[in-house]
Amino acid sequence: MKRLDRNQMAARVARDIPEGSYVNLGIGLPTLVANHISRDREIILHTENGLLGMGPAPAPGEEDPDLINAGKQPVTALPGASFFHHADSFAMMRGGHLDFCVLGAYQVSTRGDLANWHTGAPDAIPAVGGAMDLAIGARKVFIMMEHLTKKGESKIVKECTYPLTGVRCVSRVYTDLAVLDVTPEGMRVVEMVEGLDFEQLQELSGVELLPPL
Amino acid sequence: MINKIYDSIASALADVKDGSTILVGGFGDAGLPTALIDGLIEQGARDLVIVSNNAGTGDHGLAALLKAGRVRKIICSFPRQPDSTAFDDLYRAGKIELELVPQGNLAERIRAAGAGIGALYTPTGYGTLLAEGKETREINGRHYVLEYPIHGDFALISALRGDRWGNLVYRKTGRNFGPIMAMAAKVAVAQVKEVVELGEIDPETVVTPGIFVQRVVQVA
Repeated sequence: MKRLDRNQMAARVARDIPEGSYVNLGIGLPTLVANHISRDREIILHTENGLLGMGPAPAPGEEDPDLINAGKQPVTALPGASFFHHADSFAMMRGGHLDFCVLGAYQVSTRGDLANWHTGAPDAIPAVGGAMDLAIGARKVFIMMEHLTKKGESKIVKECTYPLTGVRCVSRVYTDLAVLDVTPEGMRVVEMVEGLDFEQLQELSGVELLPPL
Repeated sequence: MINKIYDSIASALADVKDGSTILVGGFGDAGLPTALIDGLIEQGARDLVIVSNNAGTGDHGLAALLKAGRVRKIICSFPRQPDSTAFDDLYRAGKIELELVPQGNLAERIRAAGAGIGALYTPTGYGTLLAEGKETREINGRHYVLEYPIHGDFALISALRGDRWGNLVYRKTGRNFGPIMAMAAKVAVAQVKEVVELGEIDPETVVTPGIFVQRVVQVA
């Protein structure tokens, strides 16, 4: 089978984000999506620390310590950008104004529960940031993750074993093997990579999936 | 004549008492009122409760305050960072209490305090560890968690420009928690890069109206 690499996954997610969308890209893997949004589409990126209209990283030497993204990396502001305070920024999420967010995950359940903030390890220092607000706030929550852990265990599960970020909040999952939708009937396969069939995907996932329509 | 301009950080922070709750602006280093935090270390108040998005990095700002052993409890959304060693060490040694709050709940609880709201129902965190033991309610088919406002005795914030009435404008993403923290504290202290005459800030562009700000100090 032709597993997607990280950039191919990002490009696949980007295809589903239409012109005119307001989008928040989570820290890590989802950040790559920005590189794949075609220039003929106007898409406005939101960063939780108070910027709409976020642009790419500045040229070396042009960094501004007051202009950063949620990952605290230097960014730029595009013409048309706006700054706002934190309560407004999270009202944009919680109030249902943000069209999409793309988040990474440790696990997603077939019901759409998300676990992405805490491994639950007793010695881990917990940190949640804006993950829970994004998970329940954006109109559509896209998850971008490897299908399997490094040990080969499925990250799509019947019940999350890691602490939850949000309950039944995921809309669609993009992995290196497939695209899957959370539906009232269960998790439905939308597409699979070349060379992979439904039975194989089902086997690898270890949970009951619904075949593509 | 109203004059909220203080000529030194020491005078602006002189009455911070042990055990105070201090709201500290900033997201990472953007908007972090570093000069005021240094002033607080110098001032010496102990047993503080700090409310801030992060818990400090490296050995400056909040990390230095933590390292000086002044903080009893921190309320924040994201303490863990690659170089948050001051917090990590205290936390692992059981020497600091952590209340972890989802970032949007942190913002809204602070805003609520400033707006005189008694409590709020938020959907964020429902069904998670961070809502355990909290009252919940279903409203129009959606689940919410009851959260209480976070008031501060002081707010320490950073802005670009201020005038003697306390009107403030910020700079880029350095604005972050500044405006809501100013509202939520009994005494809001703003460090500004520039003090300007009344009227020099266009009233249409004032971000924090002076009513929410008690003290303004110019820093280099």
